[in-house]
Amino acid sequence: MEEKKTFTISVYSENNVGLLNRISGIFLKRHINIESLNVSSSEIDHVSRFVIVIYATEDWTKRIVKQIEKQIEVIKAFYHTDEETIYQETALFKIESHLLFDERQIQNIIKESNSQIVTVSRNFFVISKSGRRNEIEELYDQLKPYGIMQFVRSARISVSKEEMQISTMLKQFQEQE
Amino acid sequence: METKTLKKEVANTDKTIRISGAEAVIRSLLEEGVDLIYGYPGGAIMPIYDELYKFQDKLHHVLTRHEQGAAHAAQGYARVSGRIGVAMATSGPGATNLVTGIADAQIDSTPMVCITGQVARHLLGSDAFQETDIVGISTPVTKWSYQITNASEIPEVIAKAFYISKSGRPGPVLIDITKNAQFEEFDFCYKKCNGIRSYKPVPVVNKEKLQEAASIINSAKKPFIVFGQGVILGNAEEELKTFIEKTGIPAAWTILGLSALPTDHPLNVGMVGMHGNYAPNLLTNECDVLIALGMRFDDRVTGDLNTYAKQAKVLHFEIDPAEIDKNVKTEVAILGNVKESLAQIIPLVNEKKHESWHEEFKKKRDIEFEKVIKKDLYPEKEGLTMGEVLKEINNATGDDAIIVSDVGQHQMFACRYAKFKRSKSNVTSGGLGTMGFALPASIGAKMGAPDREVVAVIGDGGYQMTIQELGTIFQTKVPVKIVVLNNNFLGMVRQWQQLFFDKRYASTELTNPDFITIAKGYHIKAKQVKKREELVNAVNEMIASKEAYFLEVCVEKEDNVFPMIPTGSSVSDIRLS
Ligand SMILES: Cc1ncc(C[n+]2csc(CCOP(=O)(O)OP(=O)(O)O)c2C)c(N)n1
Repeated sequence: MEEKKTFTISVYSENNVGLLNRISGIFLKRHINIESLNVSSSEIDHVSRFVIVIYATEDWTKRIVKQIEKQIEVIKAFYHTDEETIYQETALFKIESHLLFDERQIQNIIKESNSQIVTVSRNFFVISKSGRRNEIEELYDQLKPYGIMQFVRSARISVSKEEMQISTMLKQFQEQE
Repeated sequence: METKTLKKEVANTDKTIRISGAEAVIRSLLEEGVDLIYGYPGGAIMPIYDELYKFQDKLHHVLTRHEQGAAHAAQGYARVSGRIGVAMATSGPGATNLVTGIADAQIDSTPMVCITGQVARHLLGSDAFQETDIVGISTPVTKWSYQITNASEIPEVIAKAFYISKSGRPGPVLIDITKNAQFEEFDFCYKKCNGIRSYKPVPVVNKEKLQEAASIINSAKKPFIVFGQGVILGNAEEELKTFIEKTGIPAAWTILGLSALPTDHPLNVGMVGMHGNYAPNLLTNECDVLIALGMRFDDRVTGDLNTYAKQAKVLHFEIDPAEIDKNVKTEVAILGNVKESLAQIIPLVNEKKHESWHEEFKKKRDIEFEKVIKKDLYPEKEGLTMGEVLKEINNATGDDAIIVSDVGQHQMFACRYAKFKRSKSNVTSGGLGTMGFALPASIGAKMGAPDREVVAVIGDGGYQMTIQELGTIFQTKVPVKIVVLNNNFLGMVRQWQQLFFDKRYASTELTNPDFITIAKGYHIKAKQVKKREELVNAVNEMIASKEAYFLEVCVEKEDNVFPMIPTGSSVSDIRLS
């Protein structure tokens, strides 16, 4: 058996209702768990970009990418390993306000982890931290002993180190028309 | 669907007329050249049916007795005519009843456009009367599906649907139209769709890959071809023939490739797969080059992948990139329409005969003849066999009928023994194996090819899954010939129970009604045959009939289909008994 790895799949698509259902169905059918999913606009007008993280073998990832590309509204899909991408997640931590003053150590943690205070109110304050998964986990472990009221982490967003020739493809299509 | 591209696709139409969405549906269908629809009305699609009434001289509607029947009829029509089949249903139960046919069309790459009515836009998501999320339900089994919620979307979405359904690897498309959209008026104009930026239906053939493939073919000692429906869908029958005749390569077919090459062609070596022929299955594991043409290495063809054609270099000619290396690793993949890629490779390959290699096929064929075929076609025991019925149908039709088969033992006998002169003559549910397919599909087949003899071959089990379509036959007077091979069993399942479950015949014995009376109740001529002496005359009488005809043949109860490759076994382990 080929070894499993984390792959980031990037899907460029038309911005149409129902496509998410089609794409997630492809993973569902093969019993592959989506570790993280983000949909946003892309660098191209009216083109959406999905960033999907899975833990699978390269062989399966390849097949899935082909199935995704087969969907009518999908313009192009790519897959990359962690080494081939720059990626980030963002987390928010909600913590009781008094700790910020009572526990000096918390201020050090915030400084050293390069996280930011988003807001401070009477009862709580919120820290945001962007980075790789392990950095966020590290911060979580440090803050845990003081009590975290709420914690949330975003899906992964990523860009590839090498170019994805999506714009050239679209240009070619425009010229063909 | 608020994308820029779509807006652009319809931008340059000139004439507009102000009409309702329902009328726009009909006019759009007419623009696409549709003249025949199968369907069943209901509340949510009544405005469209009302328009159909007005346009009935241009657009013929066939009322089936169940929406599943409409979908299968549309498939039958599409499979023999090469055109798009159209089926229509109301929302909720009407739409869900189409789903089996849609799933069948998806896996067998049949071009079909289904139109369903839907509750009004303001009721969507409220569990309104007869509301179902048919787009959600059908998503995994359609090539594309879309819900229209306002009339102005109708022309461009229908144009897109027809383009998607037929282009590249064909498939079913579903369009769900809310009732308000059917009533609303808008300025209608129609422009056919001939491109969608995110969709590349046919990959371009790569010249270098062709060269590479040609040199592998030219140096092959034991090359072997397996062709599938891609040849038929791509209209590549002539190219296939020229290619094999020049290279002298033995060619076998998958169940959906059947009839692309005449049965009696000297290079036709039979069927591959679970109940395929002995020689092509066994020799798959001896060839040095395996050339797959428009086929997808279905698991019923390959058996155990770990032991399938491991010794061979595989060349895969395929239109759908997602099929490459899906099941079988290729040496060279040639993407594109097989018609084009074959035409381009023919000048690059050498003329050969491969006589000793053919001899191996012949030897194995002789073994199969002795052990299996002789018993099936020239039986000495008393009970009638399914094989001999097929033989008589061949005789009575001069090997030139369209054979529509259902699913089960009779299907395998039909595919093994029916003979064909022309392409698009074998209509069967290959990938989904849908019982109940044949009766309605034969209606569509006859309407799609009115000049041809259409014979449906059905088991007593599958017949009763869509038997109500006898009503459609009666009402439309479509002259199909229906042969039910009655063994009082769900034969194929019984065969498995016999071979793999120690003869525990759990729920496979059928107590059947009087089929003759039922046919007569629908005013269809009918006859029952129990003895061999009666068979030839009965088949001839059926074929001679100008009207629909029902023939019940009571066959041996516990016959089996051989050869057989048990599920998950290697093609080398093919059993003759
Ligand atoms: C809709 C559906 N249900 C169940 C099956 C499973 N199945 C496959 S073959 C078969 C038996 C078919 O019996 P019959 O129609 O009498 O044909 P025979 O095998 O006897 O020729 C069954 C139940 C199926 N293929 N399709």
